Amino acid sequence: MIINIENLNFIYNIGTPFEKKALDDISISIEEGDFVGLIGHTGSGKSTLVQHLNGLIKPTSGKIIVDGVDITNPETKMKEIRKKVGLVFQYPEHQLFEETIYKDIAFGPKNLGLTEEEIELRVRDAMELVGLDYDTLKDRSPFEISGGQKRRVAIAGVIAMKPKVLILDEPTAGLDPKGRDDILDEIKKLYERENITIILVSHSMEDIARLANSILVMHKGKVIMHDKTREIFKSADLLEDIGLDIPQVTKFMKELKKRGHKVREDCLTIEEAKEELTKYLRGTKNA
Amino acid sequence: MENEIMINIENVSYEYKSYVDESIQLAVKDLSLEIKRGEFLAILGHNGSGKSTLAKMMNGMILPTRGEVYVNGINTKDEDKIWDIRSKAGMVFQNPDNQIVATIVEEDVAFGPENLGIPPEEIRKRVDDSLEAVGMSEYKKHAPHLLSGGQKQRVAIAGILAMEPDCIIFDEPTAMLDPSGRKEVMETIKKLNKDKNKTIVLITHYMDEAVMADRVMVLNEGENVLMGTPREIFTQVETLKKLGLDVPQVTELAYELRKEGFDIRKDCITIEELVEAI
Repeated sequence: MIINIENLNFIYNIGTPFEKKALDDISISIEEGDFVGLIGHTGSGKSTLVQHLNGLIKPTSGKIIVDGVDITNPETKMKEIRKKVGLVFQYPEHQLFEETIYKDIAFGPKNLGLTEEEIELRVRDAMELVGLDYDTLKDRSPFEISGGQKRRVAIAGVIAMKPKVLILDEPTAGLDPKGRDDILDEIKKLYERENITIILVSHSMEDIARLANSILVMHKGKVIMHDKTREIFKSADLLEDIGLDIPQVTKFMKELKKRGHKVREDCLTIEEAKEELTKYLRGTKNA
Repeated sequence: MENEIMINIENVSYEYKSYVDESIQLAVKDLSLEIKRGEFLAILGHNGSGKSTLAKMMNGMILPTRGEVYVNGINTKDEDKIWDIRSKAGMVFQNPDNQIVATIVEEDVAFGPENLGIPPEEIRKRVDDSLEAVGMSEYKKHAPHLLSGGQKQRVAIAGILAMEPDCIIFDEPTAMLDPSGRKEVMETIKKLNKDKNKTIVLITHYMDEAVMADRVMVLNEGENVLMGTPREIFTQVETLKKLGLDVPQVTELAYELRKEGFDIRKDCITIEELVEAI
């Protein structure tokens, strides 16, 4: 287990009339190397949970163990936590601040006290992983490149810390379909090559269906489901009740089955549905 | 005076200076378009294709470098008429937090009409009607910052409605919302078009939203490259992919199945249609 959360509670504005339970007794474990999708409607507690995971918020009660280290223990150094868990915020390009792309990505590793050679190596690697050309871009200003590229620079800055767990909070928000696909492909490549654990927060069920092995569903501060992606998307009604959805292609297969076609209803992607329908249609034709 | 053509765009170009090398760039290139009163038009295109620039020219927020834009027959270059134009064509943006100015929902909705110098009784009526139209009446005394994203966006829409525009331009209104927020906002937009006969221009990256429109225009490099009904547009799977755009998942599935040699009609754009086709 790379992450172990025990009875985590977080209450805002304790003792005031505005007291609100943002996280309600959460206990979950995440396996090392898993790709977890985190879904839930706005206000369900997703962001509060991920901010606990890299020590930005301290819990009201409960315990979080990441890679054997109790990050909720006040003795634990922030630096230790940041080395283990990297968090890419929503619209991370708003946080770029340095004169050059190189300096911006190097900022985190520099604070870890690494040597210049090691820092350069990490910046190079991180840029390559997110599809930015080191030689042509390293000395450019991060403010004169496109939105999609800015976001890559911001993600590279977190990757350069070499975290064991990478959390991405809606990394494709505001991007067009091509920009979205590019970033998702890079995340997939990163996951496959670096063997890290990824937690992806997203409102796009299609993106989650494409990438995540398992899904955490949050509702009103609780984790109400935690299972394999295919299992989770079987509960279409429950998901819709709490303001979520399933991919259009999954919805289509369900409808098809309801109308009496003997097909698998748990297809998650267009490729899977195509394979299933090809088999099914060929079968009925030959029969 | 009512014009049959709500917005008329004639040979419009928009130039700007690149801040990388100071060269002159064209965000919109010699584009012409007529938007009819009561029409629902969706505009698609990748980031940087000129969509937002075009939208901002539709209510005089920016003026074309070349060509003319007419809103309800008024040229947007006519400085004396700019407030007439703005009250005919309202705009709703991506981030609801940037559009809300007051600390109470009904005060926020009243902000626009107050600035138009409308009498208080009339403002009261407009605020109530607008909140009713977006389904937010019960929240009129609430603080906007405690609302969900979809609710905030509906308050922003009510604020525009209170100006009583004939046309509303939406620039990616659901980009920052969760699935239920998106649904709320899209249902509101559809209702404004069907029940209140508002002309709608919707810029979006979500193909399932564009499917609801009467017409879809695809922009690329500032040019109108495709125009037609959603069905005519989305069946051009390969062209759209080349332009960096999506098609609805069911349309893509139908396209893939045809490639495998199955005889499935290629113009399915909804779940229902593809189920029927199988």
